[in-house]
Amino acid sequence: MAIKKLLIANRGEIAVRIIRAARDLGIATVQVYSKADKDSLAVRLADETVDIGPPQASKSYLNQATILAAAQGAGADAIHPGYGFLAENAEFAAAVEAAGLIFVGPTAQSIRLMGDKVAAREAAASAGVPTVPGSQGRLESADAAFALVEKTGFPVMIKAAAGGGGRGIRIARSAEEFHHLMPQAQAEALAAFGDGGLYVEKLIEGARHIEVQVLGDGRDVIHCFERECSLQRRRQKVWEEAPSPSLTHAVREKLCTSAVALAKAVNYRGAGTLEYLYDDRTGDFYFLEMNTRIQVEHPVTEMVTGIDLVHEMIRIAGGEPLRIRQNEVRVSGHSIEVRINAEDPARNFLPNPGTVSALSVPGGDGVRFDSMLYAGYTVPPFYDSLLGKLIVHDKDRPSAMRKLERALAELSVEGIFTTKPLHQALARDADVKAGRFHTAWLEPWLESHAAGLATAQPLSAVKVAP
Amino acid sequence: MATQQIFSPLPGIFYRKPSPDKPFYKNDGDVVTESDTIGLIEVMKSFNEVKAGAAGKIVRFLAENEDAVMAGQPIAEIDV
Repeated sequence: MAIKKLLIANRGEIAVRIIRAARDLGIATVQVYSKADKDSLAVRLADETVDIGPPQASKSYLNQATILAAAQGAGADAIHPGYGFLAENAEFAAAVEAAGLIFVGPTAQSIRLMGDKVAAREAAASAGVPTVPGSQGRLESADAAFALVEKTGFPVMIKAAAGGGGRGIRIARSAEEFHHLMPQAQAEALAAFGDGGLYVEKLIEGARHIEVQVLGDGRDVIHCFERECSLQRRRQKVWEEAPSPSLTHAVREKLCTSAVALAKAVNYRGAGTLEYLYDDRTGDFYFLEMNTRIQVEHPVTEMVTGIDLVHEMIRIAGGEPLRIRQNEVRVSGHSIEVRINAEDPARNFLPNPGTVSALSVPGGDGVRFDSMLYAGYTVPPFYDSLLGKLIVHDKDRPSAMRKLERALAELSVEGIFTTKPLHQALARDADVKAGRFHTAWLEPWLESHAAGLATAQPLSAVKVAP
Repeated sequence: MATQQIFSPLPGIFYRKPSPDKPFYKNDGDVVTESDTIGLIEVMKSFNEVKAGAAGKIVRFLAENEDAVMAGQPIAEIDV
């Protein structure tokens, strides 16, 4: 059943991206919006709009019943969840299908499986995909933990089973440290979470973040090669590239083949991304998790492969089989994406909502700006700070870097502070130019380059209380 | 005694609790010091503490938990 009317259950730049893709395919669009988004670009572009409530996401973009009712009221036959919000909510995917509508994404079962860390790790292991060496489940005794680390080697991370967000993590670099830290970690986990269960995992120092884009139709799966997203701040990606500047041909082949094997093993449907840690000194890679949705950084893959991933995921959701064979997917040139956020890099990335008084968007061949901005738009404070993504494509990485510098110089967002100066500084950095970075590279770099990130940006629109 | 207002320093969502399962930071009638936290403002997914800014006694809150607030909007009254 081909989709005729698509409801977009998201906001911001990804809502704009999905509306454009739907329109290219001749599909009508329904944009839901909170009161804070009634003047958004997505609302301006969509064929129809539905008010789904107050600014707070919990009362609007996360309100499953309201969104379902909006879809049914507007006569939409499908819902695209974008990323974030309800995109990886198995319960919502199931509710959409139970209501007789199409969820543009995988089955609820796939979302549930990949959302469960232990189950995803087991699925990876049985598909022959390497995972970070460590305990398969929780460890209850220090002896069992030590027996394990003798196999994995040091350094290791000791993590509380009930923890999260980096809490309760300790790093042991030797057997001696391990024996010292293990009881501490156990006692702390018990005190903090009421659960002394621990995991132990090998620490891959200086690892890069590399991810493989896949497309599946529920039977067959292809990959669209990898992206490297090692430049991160607080685990948030800020700069992404395709292809990775660090993979050899042989490792790329192995990595992408492993991603297809795992996605096939779970009969994956739609667009998905398998995230890995990559150790460029050993050539070893380790599966981390699968994101069962379109990702922010999908455009770099589109630029180097020529495949419109959002088109393809909508077609697959409409029941079409994969149209592209693996041997037709080829990488041409190099693409870089930088995230333009409403944050001031000179003031520790202080969030900076406000009114965009003027906007100039870069252009020319191989330059793309996926954004939610227009001149006069007021960026609301209620959602994440991503304003848009500047994407460049050229014949090789050095050319793409030069084009990025040129395009950043042309980009002007007036009235609010953005992360543009960060990307300008990164594009000039010798290590970035050489592709010498890893997931722990950017944070110390920011500390030593803080002064250089202050530029003549306009005064903040954030008013200070009287 | 004079009644003053405590203003939201930022636009965003106002929370009166450190997390959903915790009690309110402060209630009507509570005595506060200048550096006491009376709430949080969530702006673009980052959380910022709101301080009382003056020693005194909270008369009443003008913004509810999880209200959307503007920068400069009064969120509580305080007798100083």
